[in-house]
This record gives sequence, C-alpha cells and structure tokens, in this order.
Amino acid sequence: MAVTVRIPTPLRKLTGGADEVSIEAANVGELINNLEAAHAGLKERLCDDAGEIRRFVNVYVNDEDVRFMGGRDTELKDGDEVSIVPAIAGGI
Amino acid sequence: MNIVRALKCRECGQEYDIEPTHVCEFCFGPLEVVYDYDKLDGYFTRELIESRPQTMWRYKELLPINDEPTVGAQNGFTPLVRAKNLEKALGVKELYIKNDSVCYPTLSFKDRVVSVALSKAVEFGFKTVACASTGNLAGSVAANAAAAGLESYVFIPHDLEQGKVLGAGIFGTNIIGIKGKYDDVNRLCSEVAGKYGWAFVNVNVRPFYAEGSKSLGYEVMEQLGWKAPKHIVVPMASGSLCTKVDKSIKEFIKLGLIEDNGTAVYGAQATGCSPIAKSVKDGTDMIHPVHADTIAKSLAIGNPADGFYANRVINESGGWAEDISDEEVVAAMKLLAEKEGIFAETAGGVTLGCAMKMIESGKLPRDESIVLCITGNGLKTQEAVAEEITKPRIIEASLKEFDVLAEADGVGV
Repeated sequence: MAVTVRIPTPLRKLTGGADEVSIEAANVGELINNLEAAHAGLKERLCDDAGEIRRFVNVYVNDEDVRFMGGRDTELKDGDEVSIVPAIAGGI
Repeated sequence: MNIVRALKCRECGQEYDIEPTHVCEFCFGPLEVVYDYDKLDGYFTRELIESRPQTMWRYKELLPINDEPTVGAQNGFTPLVRAKNLEKALGVKELYIKNDSVCYPTLSFKDRVVSVALSKAVEFGFKTVACASTGNLAGSVAANAAAAGLESYVFIPHDLEQGKVLGAGIFGTNIIGIKGKYDDVNRLCSEVAGKYGWAFVNVNVRPFYAEGSKSLGYEVMEQLGWKAPKHIVVPMASGSLCTKVDKSIKEFIKLGLIEDNGTAVYGAQATGCSPIAKSVKDGTDMIHPVHADTIAKSLAIGNPADGFYANRVINESGGWAEDISDEEVVAAMKLLAEKEGIFAETAGGVTLGCAMKMIESGKLPRDESIVLCITGNGLKTQEAVAEEITKPRIIEASLKEFDVLAEADGVGV
C-alpha cells in the first residue's frame, strides 16, 4: 500500500530536496519507520525519544489531524495523502 | 541601536542566523528572536522612550528590525482607559482597559505585529506578503501592504464575518476564502509558504511578527506610570499574545525600567474553542486540539501553536485561565459598550466575560490592579450583537410625537 507523503521545507534536506515521497505503510507508526529507512534522520525529527510524535509536529492523513484519529495507529490505505506540517501560529 | 542576536529554538536551544525561517530544523520547535540586552545598559531609559513619538516604535530597540521601521511607522500607542464604571459594576478597586480596538490603521492589535513583520519582510527583500488569518490579520496585512506598496495574498476561512472580509478586500489585496476552518487555512498556508517565495507573516517571518505583540505590554507599563499591573487578562487563540505580554514585562524588569510587581497573566477563551484554558484547569501541559465552534472567530484556533508556552506562562506567573459560553460573550460585549463606551469585537467579550468569571470565583482579587486587553473592534463582528441591541424607535419629525414618547419614558422637561 503506497501513500504519498508531503515533506515540509525544513525536512527536504533529508529527502534530497523532494517535496513528496511515496512510502509503503499500513499505519502512521509504520510510515514513520519506513520513512526513516528510506531517508535516515527523519524519525528523530518527527518523534521524541519515546517514539511519540513531537509536540510541534502535525501529521495529517487526507486533511485530518491524526490526533483526532488513531495517532500512530491511524490506518493508511493505498493512495492516501499524508502531510507533515510544523505547528504554526496565528490569531491572538 | 540593534541588539538582535539570533533566532533560537525554544525547545532545543539551537541558534540560527536572522533569516525568514520559523521552525528548528532539528526538532521542529518554534524559533524566537533573542537579544543582547546588555548593549542597552545606560542607554535605553524612560527619558529616551518618553522623548519619542507616541507610537509602538518608541520601544524599537526591543523590536527585531534594523534601524527604522519601513512599514507602519504610525502604528500602536492606543489608550489605556481607567474603567471606573466597570469597577463599580464588577466590585473591583482598580480596573483598566488597554483599548486596541482603536489601533491604527485597521482597528486591531494585529497592526502591531504586521508592522514588524512587513518591515522585516522589506529588509529581507520580499515583494509579496501573505498571511493565514481569522480576519483581523488579513485586514491589517492588506492595509499595511497597500501603504507600503507591497503585493499581498490573504487566506481566510470562507465563512468569516462580513466586516472582516470587507475590511480586507477594500485594500485591493488578493483575498482567498478556504472551505474549512482556520486550522485548515493554516495548514494550507504552511504548504503554500514552502512553495512560493513570499513573506508569510505568521509562517516564515513569524518569529519577527510575534515580537510585535510585546509593544502592547510595554505601553501598558509606561501608561500605568512605569509600573506593571498586578494582573493582566489576555484573549487566547494560538496563545502567542499571552507569552509576549509576559516577555515584555520580564524585559522591562531586566532593563530596570520597572520594578518586578509579581504580575500574574490570565488567559481567556470561548468554551467552543478552549484547548488552552482546559489544559490549565486540568492541571496538565498537554494541549489537546479541538474542532473550534464559537462566535469568537478571531479566537477559533483549535490547534494552538503557542498553547504549551501560554500554559506555562499562566502557571509560572500565578495566573489562571477561564472560558465562557457564546451567550456570555455577547453579554460582556454589551456590558463593555454600555459601561465604558468601548465597542469591542467578540474576543473583547471573551476577555471581559472571563475576567468577570474569575473575579466571581476569587481567582482575580478585587483589591489589586487588573488590566484587560481588548484586541479588536466590534464594528467588524456586528453579526454577533445585531439581534441584541436597542433598535431605533421611529417617529415623525414632530415635537408632539416626541413629547408622547418622552412622557412614556418618564422624562421631565
């Protein structure tokens, strides 16, 4: 099952400049591990020492924040689009 | 004198050169501007500040631009009003309103952050500026960009109040309505910012932008007679203002401009979007994102980027956070208008309403100074109160008809 992952600017040094990569994974946790296998160094940017997704990293599957779904257990299916977005401010 | 040292990651401490960038490459933590305050020793005095024009730029050494601002040179320095009528109504001894509902030029405190962001964008050589906005920011970016001769793109949720859409569109900006909530707009803009070479005020120039909020705090302290209030209540969306007000107070103490008054910082949210207030009340620093649903659209950020830091400021300063219903927001907007003649937007209702709730619960003491930060103008959120206000009574242009009306009101001649 291949999903498309959109890579934010700060991480593109690790993907050879690519803004999108295609990765095989059945859920978000597996996706992060497989991202790491393909592009070493990505996992430590996305996850803390305990393996949890960092406070300032937002992961979206087809426009839904995985925090509202199953977190790292969120299931993925063929053709899903995953976005990794740094938390950004606005409002007051 | 330029005392800006670097950009520094708030999480891991990694430092970066002054560039249009906003997240740490190592841990994704937010970057913040840090300064060499020692350089201001003996130079940045009350007298120097008082000798300058009454704008937010009288504190320019503490704002991250080189030399003079190129955008928004007139912005800031709004009134601090002693709210005598509200003091009576609420049963408190010393209450002030910092009234940014009349901030120049677009009637919200966003004119502060935007003038810093756009001045910095010009320094960096950008020709196009952009933002993700709940409304006030869009208007401010559009207006200040127009005055500075910059091209602008503003992205807003498609269902914003008409006053905010019009209040941006009039400036000839490129206004884009996104089918979704603010958090969706924000996410899109983060991706747009990565692709187009624009200065996004709340994305890639955010570290500079956010510093502009400190000017509100500086002004409050100067206007109180070079003194920090005991208590200050701010509305929270991302939580940024809360952290910057706290930073402004700490900076003035460090620079010897004021005594440490043990100021406690309080946060206000609408119950329909209260992830930060909830975390404070629950005694945790974990912020759980929510799907926002409130009439206080300028505060409707379900995934608050600075929530963790706002929570910490509130806890460490000895403050508290509260949230109120949409009905309470409207009631507080009316009370502020009827008692003090200030027509604030919904976020102002949130601030006053939450302050009232905290006064009742004893979290805010009645006998010490309290400052409420009003950040936007009610003319932009008229929908919220349209059905609640006194409607005109229509009569002919006849003295007789008025006499009848006056008699019914019990008014004597």
